[in-house]
Amino acid sequence: MSSNPLANQLLDENKSFMEKPSFRWKVSVVALIAIFCLGLYALFLQITEGHLITGMRDHVVWGVYIVNFVFILGLSYAGALIAGIFHLGRVKWAIPMQRILKLITVFSLIIGPFYILLCLGRPDRIFDLFLYPRIQSPIIWDVIAIVTDLIFCIVYMYFTYIKDFALLRDNSERLNMSNWRKKFYRIFALGYKNTPKQEKLLNQALDILAAIIIPTTIIAYSLLAWLFGMNLKVGWHSSIFAPFFVLSAVYSGVALVILIMWIYRKSGKLENTFTDSHFTHLGFALMVLSLFYGYFYFSDYITDWYNMQKTYGSLWEKYLDLSQYGIAFYSSIFLITFLPAIVIGIPWFRSVKSIVFTSGAVLVGLWVARYLMIVPVLETPYLPIQDVRPDWVNYSATWIEWSLSLAGIALFILFFIFISKLAPIIPVSEMKEEQEEVKLDLSLKTDQA
Amino acid sequence: MAQTTNTEDSPKEVNSRRDFLRKGSAFGLIAAATGAAGLASNQDPKKSGEKIKVLTTDGKVIEVDKPVDDCEIEPCAPAKGEAARQGIPGRSFVMVIDLAKCKNARKCVEACQEGHDLLPDQEFMKVHLMKDNPDAEPYWFPKNCFHCDNPPCVKVCPVGATFKRTDNVVLVDNDACIGCKFCVSACPYSARIFNWEDKKSYSDDDPNYSPETSVPGQHGTVSKCDFCVGRSREGKLPYCATSCPMGAIYFGDKNEDAVTNGEETLRFKQLIKDRIGYRYLEELGTKPNVYYLPPTDRMFPYERGFNYLSEEQVEVMKNSIKSK
Repeated sequence: MSSNPLANQLLDENKSFMEKPSFRWKVSVVALIAIFCLGLYALFLQITEGHLITGMRDHVVWGVYIVNFVFILGLSYAGALIAGIFHLGRVKWAIPMQRILKLITVFSLIIGPFYILLCLGRPDRIFDLFLYPRIQSPIIWDVIAIVTDLIFCIVYMYFTYIKDFALLRDNSERLNMSNWRKKFYRIFALGYKNTPKQEKLLNQALDILAAIIIPTTIIAYSLLAWLFGMNLKVGWHSSIFAPFFVLSAVYSGVALVILIMWIYRKSGKLENTFTDSHFTHLGFALMVLSLFYGYFYFSDYITDWYNMQKTYGSLWEKYLDLSQYGIAFYSSIFLITFLPAIVIGIPWFRSVKSIVFTSGAVLVGLWVARYLMIVPVLETPYLPIQDVRPDWVNYSATWIEWSLSLAGIALFILFFIFISKLAPIIPVSEMKEEQEEVKLDLSLKTDQA
Repeated sequence: MAQTTNTEDSPKEVNSRRDFLRKGSAFGLIAAATGAAGLASNQDPKKSGEKIKVLTTDGKVIEVDKPVDDCEIEPCAPAKGEAARQGIPGRSFVMVIDLAKCKNARKCVEACQEGHDLLPDQEFMKVHLMKDNPDAEPYWFPKNCFHCDNPPCVKVCPVGATFKRTDNVVLVDNDACIGCKFCVSACPYSARIFNWEDKKSYSDDDPNYSPETSVPGQHGTVSKCDFCVGRSREGKLPYCATSCPMGAIYFGDKNEDAVTNGEETLRFKQLIKDRIGYRYLEELGTKPNVYYLPPTDRMFPYERGFNYLSEEQVEVMKNSIKSK
C-alpha cells in the first residue's frame, strides 16, 4: 500500500518498538519511576514544610531550580532550532535524527517550566500568572514564550509523526499489531493516505512550522536570558546575555543529541542509521560551538574584569578562589571551551566514543557554568551580606533540590523510553534513497564499538 | 510650614487593629508634627467644636477646628485591597537618616520587628557596617526599603502584587504575591525578605490584613518595609523613627518640606542642601526616597556599636569591611 519500499524495509529493521518489553527495560522503568517518586516525596515535603528545607534563602532566592530551568529550556529551544534549520536547509544526512531533536524539544519544554514553579512560594496561586499578568515583568514574557513555543513544538512534532503513523496503520496486519496499536495509529494518522495532494499539504505545513519555530525559539530563549539581564545585578546586567544564552542552548542541544543518538545506536542496532559520520558531523559542530562559546565567555568576563568595578571584584574573587568556586570555574571552562577542541580537533583523539564522552562532559560543564552564572551572582549583592547564619550567606542545595533535579532527568528518560515503544525513533517515512549517498570526507579514527 | 505638637496619643479604639500593633503605640508618644493644618484644608474633618492654633506656610497663625479623633488621615484604619494601592492623597513620604548619629543601638530593628510581628532573624530595617574606602573610618548604616521612584522590584513583579503608590510608598500585597522572589533578586538594596518559615501568626485570610501594615504576614510570600503608612494615617511616625534613641531617623513629607525625628522638625530641602544629603547608589537610577546625611563629625566611635552585637556578629562585620 505504501509507495515507499525503503520505508517498509526500515520499518521491518526497526521493529524493536513493537517487541515485548525485556526484563532490562522493565527494571529501568521501575528504577526511573522510583527516582521520580522520590522527587515527588521531596516536592510534598517542600510544599508542606515550606521552602526553608531547600537551600534557598533571602539572597540566593532560586538556586538549583532556576539552573535546571535555564538548562532544560536551553535543551528544548536548541532541539527546535536545530531541527528547524536542518529541515528548511533540507539537510539529508540529518533526517534520521530529526525525531530525536523534536522529542528533546517537547519533553524538555514540558519538564523545564516545573522547575520555575518549584521556586514559587505560593504554588497555589500559580494561575494568577494567567489571570493577572503584568506585561512589564520578564516572567510574563517567559510564560508567553513558553506557552507559544510549547504549542508550536507539539504540533510540529506531531505533524512529523503523521506519515509514520499512516505507514504503521497500513502495515498493521503484516506486522501483527495488537488492537490498541491499530486503533491508535488509525486515529492519529488523521486519514493520511500519502496522496500527492496530502503530501504536498503536509510538507508545506512542516515548512511553515519550521520557519515559525526558528525565530520563536530564538526569541523565547532571549526572553529567558533577559530574566537575568534585566536585573540591576553585577554579573547579570549584560547585553551579551541573550545571544550568549541562545548559543549555549544550541551547544547543549548538539551535545545531548549526540548522547541520545549513541544510546539508541547501542541499544537498538541502529549502526546503519546513526552512522559514524553522523557523530563526526555533529562532533565538528560541537567543536565549532565550543570555540564560539569560549569567545562569548571570554568577552563577557573580560569586559567586567578589565575595569573591576567594586562589586564585580568581590564576585570575581569568588570565581577564582579555589576554596569557593575556583574548582568549578576552572573545570567548567576546561570542559566547555577546551575539551571539544582537543578531543575532536586532534584526529588522534577523534572517535565515536570520544565524541560521545565529550558531549557528556560538555553537558556537565554547561550545567556547572549556568550554576556559576546564577548562584555566585546572587551571593554578591551591592550591600555586603552581614549575616551570622552561614546558610544565609552561601547557598548549598539540600537533598530536596537534588532529588527533584534527578526526578526531572528520570522523567525525561521515561518519556523517551515510552515514546520509543510507540513508533520508530527514526522518521522512517522521511528516509529517502539519497540518505545513503552521504559522502563524507572527514576522517575518523576507526572505532567500531 | 504647619506645625502642631499633639502630645496626646489616646489609645481610643478607633479601629480594629491587632493587639501587637496597638502595643506599638507606646512608641508613638510624639505624634507626627507634620501637617495637621495641611490636612485640615485638604480634608473636611468632622467638627469637634474645639479650636487649635496652627502656623500657615506664609507665617500666619490661624485657628482651625480640631479633628474629632486623633487620626490624621481619613480613613484612619489602614487601607485594604484596592484602596491600599492608591496612596494617601497629597502626600509624598520621605525619610532622612543621619549617619552621624547612628551608634547601632539596634532599637529601630527591634521596634520594627515587634511592630511588624517578624521573626528574630527577619529584618525590614537592617544596620550594616560600612567602610567606603580603605582609609575611611567605618560607620553604621541603617537600611530599610528605599521606596524608590523607579523601583526595579515593581517592574519585575509578574502579577502586580507589589506596587508604587502616589505617596511614594512601595508596598507588597501578601494576598496577591505568588512568592516567585523575582523582586527579591531585582532589588539592588537587598531590602526584601521572604517569609520562609510558617509561623502561627501567619494567616491567609485575616480580615485585618492590610498591605499598609504588612500584618499578619503570609507564609511563602515576600515582605519588606512598608514605611509604616498605616501609622501615618494615625499621625504616628514609623516604628524605627520613634524608637531611635539618637533621633537619627527623620520621617516626613516632601510636599510639606518637613521631616521630623519626633523631637525636632526640620525643613527637608534645607537639610539635604546643608548637609549634602545623598541617596545610596544614586547612579543606579532607582531614585530612592530615603536620604542619608553623611557620617561626618560622628557622635560616637563606631566600635561602640559592637556592644549591641554578639561576638559572632562582630566577627562577621569586621570581616566584611576588611580591606583587600
